[in-house]
Amino acid sequence: MTELKCKLLVIGAGPGGYVTAIRAGQLGVDTIIVDMDALGGTCLNVGCIPSKALIHAAEEFHLAGHLSQGSPLGISVSEPSIDLRATMKWKGSIVKRLTGGVGALLSKAKVRVVPGRASFMDGKTVEVSHADGTTTIRAENIVIATGSRPVELPFLPFGGKVISSTEALALKKVPDTLAVIGAGYIGLELGMAYAKLGAKVTIIEAMDRILPTYDAKLTRPVLKRLKSLGITLHTGARAKDLSKDKTALVFETKDGKRAQVAADQVLVTVGRKPATDGWGREAVVLDMDGPFVKIDAHCQTSMSGIYAIGDVTGEPMLAHRAMAQGEMVAEIVAGHTRVWDKIAIPAVCFTDPEVLVAGLSPDEAKAAGYKTLVSEFPFTANGRAMTMEAEDGFIRIVAREDNHLVLGIQAVGKGVSELAASFGLALEMGARLEDIAGTIHAHPTQGEALQETALRALGQALHI
Amino acid sequence: MGEFVIKLPDVGEGVAEAELVEWMVEDGQAVREDDVLAAVMTDKATVEIPAPTDGVVSWRGGKIGDVLAVGSPLVKLEVVGEGNAAEMAEAAPAPAPKQEDAPKPAPAPAPAEPPAQTPAPAAAPVMPTTQRSAQMGSGAPRAEGEKPLASPAVRKRALEGGVDLRRVMGSGPAGRISHEDLDAYFNKGASSAGAGMARVANTSVKDIPMVGLRRKIAQKMALSKSRIPHITYVDEVDMTALEALRGQLNQTRKADQPKLTILPFLMRAMAMAIAEQPQMNSIYDDEAGVVHQHGGLHIGVAAQTDGGLVVPVVKHVEARGLWECASEVGRLAEAAKDGRASRDELTGSTITITSLGKMGGIVTTPVINHPEVAIIGVNKMRTLPQWDGTAFQPRQMMNLSSSFDHRVIDGWDAAVFIQKIKALLESPAMIFIED
Repeated sequence: MTELKCKLLVIGAGPGGYVTAIRAGQLGVDTIIVDMDALGGTCLNVGCIPSKALIHAAEEFHLAGHLSQGSPLGISVSEPSIDLRATMKWKGSIVKRLTGGVGALLSKAKVRVVPGRASFMDGKTVEVSHADGTTTIRAENIVIATGSRPVELPFLPFGGKVISSTEALALKKVPDTLAVIGAGYIGLELGMAYAKLGAKVTIIEAMDRILPTYDAKLTRPVLKRLKSLGITLHTGARAKDLSKDKTALVFETKDGKRAQVAADQVLVTVGRKPATDGWGREAVVLDMDGPFVKIDAHCQTSMSGIYAIGDVTGEPMLAHRAMAQGEMVAEIVAGHTRVWDKIAIPAVCFTDPEVLVAGLSPDEAKAAGYKTLVSEFPFTANGRAMTMEAEDGFIRIVAREDNHLVLGIQAVGKGVSELAASFGLALEMGARLEDIAGTIHAHPTQGEALQETALRALGQALHI
Repeated sequence: MGEFVIKLPDVGEGVAEAELVEWMVEDGQAVREDDVLAAVMTDKATVEIPAPTDGVVSWRGGKIGDVLAVGSPLVKLEVVGEGNAAEMAEAAPAPAPKQEDAPKPAPAPAPAEPPAQTPAPAAAPVMPTTQRSAQMGSGAPRAEGEKPLASPAVRKRALEGGVDLRRVMGSGPAGRISHEDLDAYFNKGASSAGAGMARVANTSVKDIPMVGLRRKIAQKMALSKSRIPHITYVDEVDMTALEALRGQLNQTRKADQPKLTILPFLMRAMAMAIAEQPQMNSIYDDEAGVVHQHGGLHIGVAAQTDGGLVVPVVKHVEARGLWECASEVGRLAEAAKDGRASRDELTGSTITITSLGKMGGIVTTPVINHPEVAIIGVNKMRTLPQWDGTAFQPRQMMNLSSSFDHRVIDGWDAAVFIQKIKALLESPAMIFIED
């Protein structure tokens, strides 16, 4: 048993945790980070990054197949095939590069990495158990960045055919049939990817539409694409069980009828829950906010000197939120004055087409008591979108009627995730419609549609 | 100097003429660009006409109530440089309507765009037409409960400066708070903030390089305090007799004699005390482990100059009389203050006197001028009641606060030394007794 001391201990080396540690290290704070798994957490190992790799591979494969059936672009190719093991190996190499990079950054910032499972002994002491025994770490400040886990359905526990997103990102062959439970962004991203890879995909959603947390109009192009990809969607339906012979998923349709669909794999993506156990929470008695650890505007928990960031603290469970929180906490621990004052946390669904939201939706703005101007500009009127065969979708701006302050920007369309930067910047800088309208947007790009949306809100659209 | 003609601009759609309702300037008045010159009224709106350039009003085209045609001359300014009178005359020989084509030196400000500046301070108050000043971007406070609008960089600066952005006026569009707005708030500070305004934490840090004399002083002080274990001894001295003597001597002094302060008396008393306790007049070389006991008494006199503390040295006090000491102190103090003191005059002391005169306070803990072993501090003289056995008497009392290097000087010896000086000062005649 060894004993260590530090000024800052970070539990969990996901995007929130490792960013906290790097920033703290940069600021000269003596920092230790603990994780029982690989550096990078869910995001780098079994989340954001590998899923984007798989989505890209699926898109490429699908495109090749599409072209093999004749293309108006004048390209002809023969029918493609895919070796999913090779795909996964390539995916693994990207993950390895990134997690290795995190390790290098941590060591450059002079952060000590202690692998193992951390558990609170008291508010200042954490015990880390690992293969070589235990390490006791005494820390002046502790950051809980334990993240989240996939939610399991009690009647369809993970194992065998029933898989979570983690396993779905490591399949050895493309299943002939795939049933996806849950039409949130994870289920749709993976469901669409496997459909493009050749699986016959069926999606079961309990609510009456896909992406229920996004406004319906924004999700319509995604719904259209689901159909064109041949994905079967059952909304208002409830998954029940595996069939007796374990070859199919049994579910109850909207009308209450029992039905079943053949499924080599059943992917359960019904959400993620905060990882609030397994690290000795009972030893420190923290106030909770529902299932989440309760935090204040400084990410401090109910116990002084203990902070919590990322998925364990609530929605939206997004890596970039955790990173921003982590940066702030590191600076607070280093003695700076900081407070959580962000205006927008953009969120992206890497579906086909992509969905991007930042700030308030039209309904949220109304609910907040604003009189609003809502303006949309379709990609059908955007030259660049036409040249990319990506005319589905639009950009929408929600602004205050009185002073034209932009409250929210949403988009759906191919590749719109890259517009998150300008959406976020506009909101964080407090742009008015006139500011976006008055900014030269490069031609020909999809981003021009943002300027046109603002112009349209002002009654001055040029290209529609 | 040239003449600049300002014509009545097209103030509204389809309006050919406007009534002059107010002059904000007078003949001969100097105006700056954007100062409001006049207000004209159409049946639609009242519009202020700003000066397009700096100049002096040389002519005003009409009086209040006159109806002027759009394009007719309104004001003539005397300006530096050529002006525009010549081209105006050429471009517009005919009256009103055609002048639409002529360059408009003063386009009508759109009502939504307030002038960048408020009217000239000297001008008559702009009463009837200044509703717009209320709409000016700078100023409109946010509605209650509304979040302040500012970029992340501004928010961070405000947070670190302890400023609640809800209290800061935003001059930008939609009330956005800029760095300049924050600067203005910081500069305004708590002084003119008025009721309801919070005091603002000033988190600025000014870096002052420690150079020259200041650095020298810092090094000397650090050396003295880190190397020398100080013992400080304070006793009071009844200066009444000495003051009486000093007063008489000053009254009867010759023209070439300096005015006496108490310093020369103290120096002479020290010379006599040191004759009995020569260890006080020493330089301790602690690295070599040697105390250099000096025969000659060289007293440093700490003097405040604009640049900081300097210590000119009166050499061989043992060989100087009272008047000689006084004139030497005076000469050196002047030289030090003027920065004329030579290196020789600022070095070589074997013991130091420090005095803050009227600022002397009751007690000080003087820092020994390393590598000397003693320093005598003079505190402020005050008239205090003293018990003479039967009654309180007003006596002029002064403390001596003195520090000694305890490695070389024992506390007992320090006390004996000060008691000797005290005795001499209290019975000043003894200073002049040569045994």
